[in-house]
Amino acid sequence: MREINVKEITEKVAQLCIEANCLLGEDVKKRVKEAIEKEESPLGKEVLKQILENAEIARNEMVPICQDTGLAVVFLEMGEEVKVVGGNIYEAINEGVRKGYIEGYLRKSVVSDPFRRKNTNDNTPAIIHCSITKGDKIKITVMPKGGGSENMSEVKMLTPAFGVEGVKDYVVKRVKESGANPCPPIVVGVGIGGTFEYAAILAKKALLREIGSIHPDPFYAEMEKDLLERINNLGIGPQGFGGRITCLAVFIEVFPCHIASLPVAVNINCHAVRHKSIII
Amino acid sequence: MEIKRIMPPLTDEVVESLRAGDRVLISGIIYSARDLAHKRLVEAIEKGEKLPFELKGAIIYYVGPAPAKPGYPIGPAGPTTSGRMDPYTPILLAHGLKGMIGKGNRSEEVKKAMMKYKGVYFGAVGGVAALTMKKIKQVKIIAYEDLGPEAISELVVEDFSVIVINDIYGNDLYELGVKKYAKI
Repeated sequence: MREINVKEITEKVAQLCIEANCLLGEDVKKRVKEAIEKEESPLGKEVLKQILENAEIARNEMVPICQDTGLAVVFLEMGEEVKVVGGNIYEAINEGVRKGYIEGYLRKSVVSDPFRRKNTNDNTPAIIHCSITKGDKIKITVMPKGGGSENMSEVKMLTPAFGVEGVKDYVVKRVKESGANPCPPIVVGVGIGGTFEYAAILAKKALLREIGSIHPDPFYAEMEKDLLERINNLGIGPQGFGGRITCLAVFIEVFPCHIASLPVAVNINCHAVRHKSIII
Repeated sequence: MEIKRIMPPLTDEVVESLRAGDRVLISGIIYSARDLAHKRLVEAIEKGEKLPFELKGAIIYYVGPAPAKPGYPIGPAGPTTSGRMDPYTPILLAHGLKGMIGKGNRSEEVKKAMMKYKGVYFGAVGGVAALTMKKIKQVKIIAYEDLGPEAISELVVEDFSVIVINDIYGNDLYELGVKKYAKI
């Protein structure tokens, strides 16, 4: 068994929190540049240019892209030949989030109870999704998730008769109803299949895909392309001011499901699909 | 595109001159307030207490900034979703509030109150908070410090860029824009 000390995990998580919040992905920047050419609305073009200008300021001054530096969602992939020493891995991750959010001047956006709503003042606890993988490495992905776009997300238990068209109609409807709230242009993660809760995790994982990547299954690649076109035809445009570019990318993740079910989850993200990974 | 320049406190005359879709630069003092600060402001009005700032002609910015790095007056400070402030907004408009800056749709009640009391709703671009930060020159917490990022601050802004979403004539840029560009 390969040993990894929790101290290393804490340091890396802190660093990932800061980098994910301050550095806009090159894939996003590339897609926004292309979108400026396609956008017909003058206001829309202006918004897209501001997004690029903002990313430059954030990178040069190491300040967050957005004031909502999110709840820290952490995907942990544990190699089965790894032994974590020196402490508990969940505590180490939370310590990393605490350190990153305090030292990186990131906003603390977590309340300790849904009703009592007292700020925890260090952005913990993180939401941790853990899976066991082959090998002797640990992969950690930190994905800060903002509240505005998360509030527009939804899980729907459709039934098999809805089929492909029913699912597409539902996704487009959800985006239409979200309007300007999730700060378009958005990225849409769609989780289809599994169970009620698993569809939501699939939708969140879908948001980790690189913009510009094509789904390996041509059936879903076509569905993503079609959804992107239908969403952009809604006319919502950058920031909802009207325009051609409402969505930068649609990503679908699927999983086997029950004979009676067709769960669909739509997880909406703003342009800044913030995530950074490291393999230890 | 023509750009209009305004300075708070806003008069009826200024508000009447603005139309949905206008690009506007704001310079001067605006106030930050979001969810819990709104609740407290409305409670203060209902109890007949003095408000922490003059509401007549004021512009409120729906924002909960990130912490300031050393040497900065404020951290990144983009708009938050305005709809959450809808239940508190008509009463603030009735007491003289003239401008609101945020993002996202407003309720029918708020739109009606904007027409009735002559108030305007501006959209700031969400997700460009580092750029917005650069337009905020000074910050002073004036009330509810215990609310942390939700405290009310006086913000001195220079050429703070916004778009008129709802004017006093019942126009809504979110509806007009979608109508213009939708392909069905």
